Amino acid sequence: MSWLINSSIGRKLIMSISGLFLVLFLMFHSLMNFVVIISADAYNAIAAALGANWYALIGTGILALGFIIHIIYASVLTLQNQKARGSNKYAVAKSQKTVTWASKNMFILGTIIFGFLVLHLINFWSKMQLVELMHGHNYAAAGFHDPTDGAYFIRELFTQPLYSIIYIVWLVAIWFHLTHGFWSAMQTLGWNNRIWLPRLKTLSYVVATIICLLFISVPVYYLLGFGA
Amino acid sequence: MDKNINIKVRVWRQKGPKVKGNFETYELKDISQGSSFLEMMDILNEQLINEGKDPVVFDHDCREGICGMCSLYINGFPHGPDEDVTTCQLHMRKFNDGDTITVEPWRSAGFPIIRDLMVDRTAFDKIIQAGGYVSVNTGGVPDGNAIPIPKYAADEAMDAAACIGCGACVATCKNGSAMLFVSAKVSQLALLPQGKAERAKRAKAMVAKMDELGFGNCTNTGACEQECPKNISISHIARLNREFLKAKFKD
Ligand code: HEM
Ligand code: SF4
Ligand code: FES
Repeated sequence: MSWLINSSIGRKLIMSISGLFLVLFLMFHSLMNFVVIISADAYNAIAAALGANWYALIGTGILALGFIIHIIYASVLTLQNQKARGSNKYAVAKSQKTVTWASKNMFILGTIIFGFLVLHLINFWSKMQLVELMHGHNYAAAGFHDPTDGAYFIRELFTQPLYSIIYIVWLVAIWFHLTHGFWSAMQTLGWNNRIWLPRLKTLSYVVATIICLLFISVPVYYLLGFGA
Repeated sequence: MDKNINIKVRVWRQKGPKVKGNFETYELKDISQGSSFLEMMDILNEQLINEGKDPVVFDHDCREGICGMCSLYINGFPHGPDEDVTTCQLHMRKFNDGDTITVEPWRSAGFPIIRDLMVDRTAFDKIIQAGGYVSVNTGGVPDGNAIPIPKYAADEAMDAAACIGCGACVATCKNGSAMLFVSAKVSQLALLPQGKAERAKRAKAMVAKMDELGFGNCTNTGACEQECPKNISISHIARLNREFLKAKFKD
């Protein structure tokens, strides 16, 4: 199996599968978030189910592993590509109209995504699953809010317009990453031909837009003052 | 109507692989717009020789878009600003009176500069030598016309076979990847009955050679297919991925 590390297409396969795994996760996560607009209680029921129990913890572990693999491979790939490109740069280099900006900036977009992810974990995960893990049902004695009350944390955060805007910027970066990432992953898996190439590119925009609209609806809801 | 134009050409001059290069600007008068870009370069060289200077070194051979030798990065585009042509098929009518034209060599770690505008593309030959051929000898050669080949496969193979190995795809790629070239060579043979027997071996060997020579990992930006003078589509890259993954999973 060393070809998964030693060959370019093997490395891309890992990129593609880890990326698609993260896309699946985002689909689930965005749908789940949307529920908070419909019913805070329903949302909290989901949040409680994904607390500090063994299956949610295994899920979190696998997810973290997915991110780690994706990021490690992204870094290795990007470094190798810079080396392959070489330090000898063109004095005049124009870009082609058909080449999307996202496709050339996947690592930068990924880095932005990762930066906000850290903030996101501090905003939510550290107050929810982590508190539950460390203090169990005695969170109140330790001075924490009920860790399963996700709707509360969402409201607390997004009624601060600054955070709503930060999260929207984050989601725009994810949107760009996915508009290229989704079809690129299919191409890497070899699922493409002249008919499917344009279809998959369009599908990429559809998937990216649906995921990001679902996510963005939550901060926008609070930004417009509905959830206060 | 084609006129005669006065232009400046800003050319990359570099004495050897290890020497530092720089741009030199030359003025050319009365260049017919009907002449080709390489004819303009010939006129420039004649002028330089008459002035007792070294002529500009650049690759060229057939001058009709089939050999893949010509390789200039002109005003920020490989093979110049025109669509689907090689440098030798580019005409001066694409430029205007008073223009300054910047001419650079391919710049990518896989293609080191030999001198001026000439780069070393033997890496491509090595990739071809690794498996870009059909070697099964099975007695008498059957008549080509007697082997049925579906029309779509014949068309796809023909399109892939149009690749002339010029290297514009690598030159323009931000990742220095040679995937468009390798995918064209793998596709062209994998689609045809003669090439099918060795398809798994070929995909593995050519990709291994490509990686060994230090070409980058494709991230599907698609710049290559835009700049390819032969319009090779990145759908061939998907086919190469498929061929390679299938071969590896079978092992
Ligand atoms: C929300 C999380 C993320 C998702 C859903 C995601 C998804 C994807 C997908 C589907 C691909 C396409 C794989 C392929 O081309 O075969 C991809 C590629 C890539 N990702 Fe991510 N990614 C995420 C986070 C990140 C992070 C945090 C980084 C880096 C720090 C990153 C860097 C890259 C790079 C460099 C590529 C390669 C570009 C390419 O091959 O097209 N991504 N991502
Ligand atoms: S794929 Fe196109 S750009 Fe690349 S070497 Fe072949 S003809 Fe040249
Ligand atoms: S000189 Fe042969 S393709 Fe241009």
